[in-house]
Formats: sequence, C-alpha cells, structure tokens
Amino acid sequence: MQALRRKDILGLEEISAEEITLILETARSMREIMQRKIKKVPTLRGRAILNLFYEPSTRTKASFELAQKYMSADSVSVAGASSSLVKGETLKDTVRNVEVMGVECVIMRHPVSGAAHYLAQNINASVINAGDGMHEHPTQGLLDLFTILDKKGHLEGLKVVIVGDVRHSRVARSNIWGLQKMGAKVVLAGPPTLMPPDLEGFGVKAYDRVEEAVENADVVMALRLQKERQDSGLFPSLREYAEIYGLTEQRVAGAKEDLLIMHPGPINRGVEISSSLADSPRSAVLDQVTGGVAVRMALLYLLLGGIKEE
Amino acid sequence: MSTRPLKHKATVMDEKSIGQALRRITHEIIERNKDIKDLVLVGIRKRGVPLATRLQSYLKEVEGSPIPLGILDITLYRDDLSRREDQPVVHTTDLPFDLNNKHVVVVDDVLYTGRTIRAAMDALIDHGRPASIQLAVLIDRGHRELPIRADYVGKNVPTSRSEQVEVKVQEIDQDDRVDIMEDLTE
Repeated sequence: MQALRRKDILGLEEISAEEITLILETARSMREIMQRKIKKVPTLRGRAILNLFYEPSTRTKASFELAQKYMSADSVSVAGASSSLVKGETLKDTVRNVEVMGVECVIMRHPVSGAAHYLAQNINASVINAGDGMHEHPTQGLLDLFTILDKKGHLEGLKVVIVGDVRHSRVARSNIWGLQKMGAKVVLAGPPTLMPPDLEGFGVKAYDRVEEAVENADVVMALRLQKERQDSGLFPSLREYAEIYGLTEQRVAGAKEDLLIMHPGPINRGVEISSSLADSPRSAVLDQVTGGVAVRMALLYLLLGGIKEE
Repeated sequence: MSTRPLKHKATVMDEKSIGQALRRITHEIIERNKDIKDLVLVGIRKRGVPLATRLQSYLKEVEGSPIPLGILDITLYRDDLSRREDQPVVHTTDLPFDLNNKHVVVVDDVLYTGRTIRAAMDALIDHGRPASIQLAVLIDRGHRELPIRADYVGKNVPTSRSEQVEVKVQEIDQDDRVDIMEDLTE
C-alpha cells in the first residue's frame, strides 16, 4: 500500500518512476468506472475543486471536470478571461479567495511557465498543473504514458518519436521526462528552428527528417503546430511544414508495423498528421482522451482520497 | 494487511476444514436458491476472489452449469479513506454480466464490522438492481458495527478486538489456513 506523498502534481521532472507506476495502475481501475452505465463512485463526495483555466481548452478542461464528477466531487470552473483577473486581481489573491470558500484542490492552466509552482507554494490547497507556459503538462504526459502502456503492455525499451514544435511544447517536455524515467528511448524530429537549444541536457537526439527518426519506432507522437510560430518566422508556411514533417502512411513506413500514432489534440488535419492516418486503426488519439479522464480521476483520488494533515 | 507485530494464538481452520466448509456452503446456496439460473458470484478483493472461484467450481461439480463470477474492489466505497495512514491501492472491478434481476452471492473471507459489506452493497447497486444480495463468508468473527449478517458462514469464531483473524488461501499465500493472531501493541 503506497501513497502519493505530495501535495501537488506540478511536473513529471520531479515525480519518481514508482509514483508514475502507481498513478498508471490506479488509472486502469478508474477507467473501468467510465465504462459503467452509472459513472459514479462516492469517493470524493463533498470535496470541492476549482478549475482555473487562463488559456482555452476543450479536452483538458472537460476531462478534469468529468473526472471530478465521476468521483462525486463538487467542482467550479473559472475561465481567466471572464474572471476578476481582467480587473487586475493577482493570481495569489484569486486563489486564496476561492480557497477560503472550502476548495481543497486547484487545477490550473496558465500561460506563464512556473505559474503552477508559484501557486503551489502560496496556497494550502493541492495544485494540479494543467499546463504552464512552455514548461510542463504533466497530466498529458501521464495519459500518454498510460495509453502507450495500455497498447504495448510495457514502456521500457520502446522507441518513441516526438515530431513537431518541441521547442515550445510543454507536452513534449512532460513526455520526455516521463518516458525516460520509465525506460523508453525518446527521439525528436522537426524543423531545427523548432527544436530546443540544449538537447544534450535532455539526453535526446533530434533529427530534421522524420523518415530517419521513425526507423523501427514503436510510437510516434505528433505535436500541434501553433500558427503563432509562423508569424514569428520560425517556419515558412503550414503547407511547407505539412509537406516535409506532416505524418502520413508513407512518411512513417520505416517504423514498426504495429506503430502507435498519437497526438495530444487538437489536431490540425492535413498539417501535423493526415486525416487518414489520424483515423486509422493504428491511431490511439481517441484512446488518449479516454485515458486522460482515467488518469485525472486517479490523480484526484491519490491526492485527495487519503489522509489529510490537519 | 498490518505491519504491526502479531503473535500466533491458534489455528482454527486447516486445508481440510476449509474445503469442507466451502462444500457445505455450496450445498446451502443450492438449497436456498431454488433456481440457480439467475445466480451470480461476486468475490470481494482480495481473498474473497479465490474463495468465490472455488465456490464456482464446486457449484459446477454439483449442478453442472457454470455460475458467472465477478470481482469487486470496494476501495473507492470505503468509509474510512481519510482515516488511514496509508492509501489503499485501487484494483479493478470486473463484473462481466448485467446485475439486474440477478441473485448475487457476495463472497468474502472474514466478516467483522460489516463495513466492507456495506461498501460492497453500495458498489453493486451502482452497477444495477440485483434481485437479491446474499453473503457468504469463510469466517464470522463477530463485533458488527452495522446491521449486516451473513447468509452462509464457514465457521463462527468469537474473537476479541485485540485479535486479528488471518486467512491464507493457496492461490495467494500458498497455504490454506485460518489463524487467530494477537496484536501485541493493543
């Protein structure tokens, strides 16, 4: 019997492999609940959770809200744009105000890297980072690990290729930390302008040709291409990106036959990944989303379901 | 279950008596349920599961037809989660049948306060509406804190609160026995 002896989930950099294993195992049990007709367990009955999203989100937000409801918790969602943040209230004040209303856990997505750590240090409630700037998106990393583990049966020794704008991607960062901790080999591919400057620190190799990177790969993960990066001149056009780096059946032909195709969403069809590949039997994109709810349920249980220090 | 120091006091069941008790319970189940076609067995993790599996095979020996078996993990329905020092790991629940209108025989190793069975009933009812829920336990050690009783009992073992009943089953512990242990810290 183990526990997640921490207050917050801020990033996969500081979480151990044992903790990741516990989270993934718990998520498996949680997924079963989602398959029932009555998707409800009473475990977090009466516990209050705040979802604070300063950036738009479909998947992550809905996923967290449903996870909370499936566990019988009470949740409140505040979108940054429609809150008093617009009137100039600080982050710390916002959350402290809500905390004294009885909220025990805050799920936050924020455009500034490190915001989640800052928040965690300044409030008593548990904090789950739903994405902070370009830093980390730990729940996405965990659900990706969960999906791969579910489909492949193991993580150790797998070759996982991450393709796209790694430089600006918090999803990539969390995945690199998580995959390496669990013994997988990570390789990157994408335009050199969209690769992080210090890769040796991460212990991963970057290719500028996807075809080379995916040789014998078990998993390929396409990252979303953000149009804003085009405006800053980091790549010439969506069409050119799609032609050189977009995943298609042809481009990933050198990978293993049971290659798993993944994407954190939202997909730009025909840009990062072709429609036919995204909808093919090898695509785990929808399983990622289901796994996302299960993983978030697991985290809520592990953070809030046990003993609370008074 | 516990990492506190325990001293062995007595062995109340061995492999032979466990087998006899389960076979007797098998016959009692058949006797009480005229029509076993709507009967299902649900074992409560952890040790209720191998016991339920054995009942399933004994029932098949006697009646010929296989009775469906499910596995229930009640961790998420416990009433004591916030009081525990360690946090129980949640294992999967697998009920591969529709519970509606079925007669469910819940199987567990030890019946004590009754809280586990309360949680099990809540969990089952979240899955559907059984026609009835019956309870089969290997050991009833008394000290009920809720109005819960077993329909089928392997052995009644009066105990004191400072004692612990340890059930070992071949499938998990490589041995079949039931021991009374004294908790030395009480």
